[in-house]
Amino acid sequence: MGGMTMLRYCARAVAACGALTASTAALAQETAQAAAPAAFVPTAEMVNKGDVAWMLVASALVLMMSVPALALFYGGLVRTKNMLSVLMQVLTIVCVAALVWFAWGYSMAFTSTGTPFPKIVGGFDKAFLAGVDPTTLAATFSNGVYLPEYVFVIFQMTFACITPALIVGAFAERVKFTPLIIFTVVWLTLAYFPIAHMVWYWAGPDFLHAAPDDTGLLWGWGALDFAGGTVVHINAGIAGLVGCLVMGPRIGFQREAMPPHSLVMTMIGASLLWIGWFGFNAGSGLEANAFGALAFINTFTATAAAGATWAIIEQVLHKRPSLLGAATGVVAGLVAVTPAAGFAHPGTAILLGAVASAVCFVFVTTVKNKLRYDDSLDVFGVHAVGGIVGAIGTGIVANPALGGQGWIDYSEPVAKAGVYDMAGQIVTQLWAVGVTVLWTGVVSAVLFLLLKHTIGLRVAEDAEREGLDLREHGERAYNY
Amino acid sequence: MKYVVAIIKPFKLEEVREALSGVGVAGMTVSEVKGFGRQKGQTEIYRGAEYSTNMLPKVKIEVAVDDAIAPQVVEAISTTANTGAIGDGKIFVIDLASATRIRTGETGVEAL
Repeated sequence: MGGMTMLRYCARAVAACGALTASTAALAQETAQAAAPAAFVPTAEMVNKGDVAWMLVASALVLMMSVPALALFYGGLVRTKNMLSVLMQVLTIVCVAALVWFAWGYSMAFTSTGTPFPKIVGGFDKAFLAGVDPTTLAATFSNGVYLPEYVFVIFQMTFACITPALIVGAFAERVKFTPLIIFTVVWLTLAYFPIAHMVWYWAGPDFLHAAPDDTGLLWGWGALDFAGGTVVHINAGIAGLVGCLVMGPRIGFQREAMPPHSLVMTMIGASLLWIGWFGFNAGSGLEANAFGALAFINTFTATAAAGATWAIIEQVLHKRPSLLGAATGVVAGLVAVTPAAGFAHPGTAILLGAVASAVCFVFVTTVKNKLRYDDSLDVFGVHAVGGIVGAIGTGIVANPALGGQGWIDYSEPVAKAGVYDMAGQIVTQLWAVGVTVLWTGVVSAVLFLLLKHTIGLRVAEDAEREGLDLREHGERAYNY
Repeated sequence: MKYVVAIIKPFKLEEVREALSGVGVAGMTVSEVKGFGRQKGQTEIYRGAEYSTNMLPKVKIEVAVDDAIAPQVVEAISTTANTGAIGDGKIFVIDLASATRIRTGETGVEAL
């Protein structure tokens, strides 16, 4: 295995292409040139039912991370009067993102045709899933192993659903609903799909050697992001930070008490996130094999270490370890291990989780209060910060000298282990982080500012005081 | 008739109820209330955001009793609700002007 999540590939198109190649080859022989090697054509026999079964289950697990897990995790953290607004934002974003993914997202993220910038973003050749049917195939990380293309479309769809939903925590309790949904559609199009393409798109193990340039920009640089540390977490975390800065703090921020209204729900949400994350990380191996299991156990150990670390820090500093702290640590660990899941050793994953938890603790409890930005539910402090620690840490824990999996060299027809250069890899990881931060930062800033100065981003002051549930949605969470 | 209002620690409610039954109190009204006195508040910390809560949860008991048993009622509450720590609460006794049982229209001590 090696890179990240993968490519798409149309078997029928290649069959046609193969026929063309055959006639060209015949022509070539006539002109006494060297015979071209037979073009590789993936077939239905290269699909394994075990892989399909696992990937469909994994996809459902990732959807569960959004609804209800993330919705409950966030919902429990806001005040009673805003509970439904958060649930509604997450639910609607998931619905809208799924439709956008079908309409043009998959094509923009996982094709390289019909676009002037194939390294940056795909075109619209597969818009509305044109050309995708039960017979078309998508590559995995192994030579000669394929998934039905629908499986890959579905799995990636769940990632497109959760990423914009993560953002809403940064400006919870004050954002206006309709502008948020408009933001979601445009942000997916201009930020998520290009970054997913840059990080995850490649021609696949059986084709890359013949088309070494057919990759996304960051994939081509050799950036390692197993399950979406850059694409999902840094991307959403930075967008959240920009959003809360543009929108400004909640009324009463740092003056009034704003305690979470139900840490019970936050606990349920965090726990379901952990379970769902096994689909997210172990599923990103795209096959039901040992590397999926490796990603699974790393997702277990890193998260356990991160949750325990946060509790220990609180025990030392406050003498009272809090449930919210441990749950936050758990999520920080999940975020940090995301890019490293398939590359780390379970032991180094523990270190990664612990370090990420400590760094996130500092940002969430100290940096935010010092700088006075109201990242209400700590989307930046956990997802961007944890994601950046994870992205850089991946360059370390992937080192085979530390028990990591290194990277796979797909430049030959049969993939082989690449030579690992840890310093160089860390630099590559930093570049990937930088490009992601810059790209999503600029796109998010432009979008939020445009919305702010046109239809407005915030609810009216009295609506914010009364609560978004009643004023934006006309209902209340709890009727006693 | 006397109207006895007692503010006590919530976990003492059941003991107090039993003690009041023992001295012949046939009914009471209980509410969950918040307030502050000499007892300091608590500090809650959520991801580093510290909130000090001055208002602490207490239970308020209200009973209307015959003048004759009022001293025993006060005695029963102050004995059972006492932990010796600050924050045990207070008991107020008020003269009660009238009482009416809605179902029967009985008034005065008969209505208690």
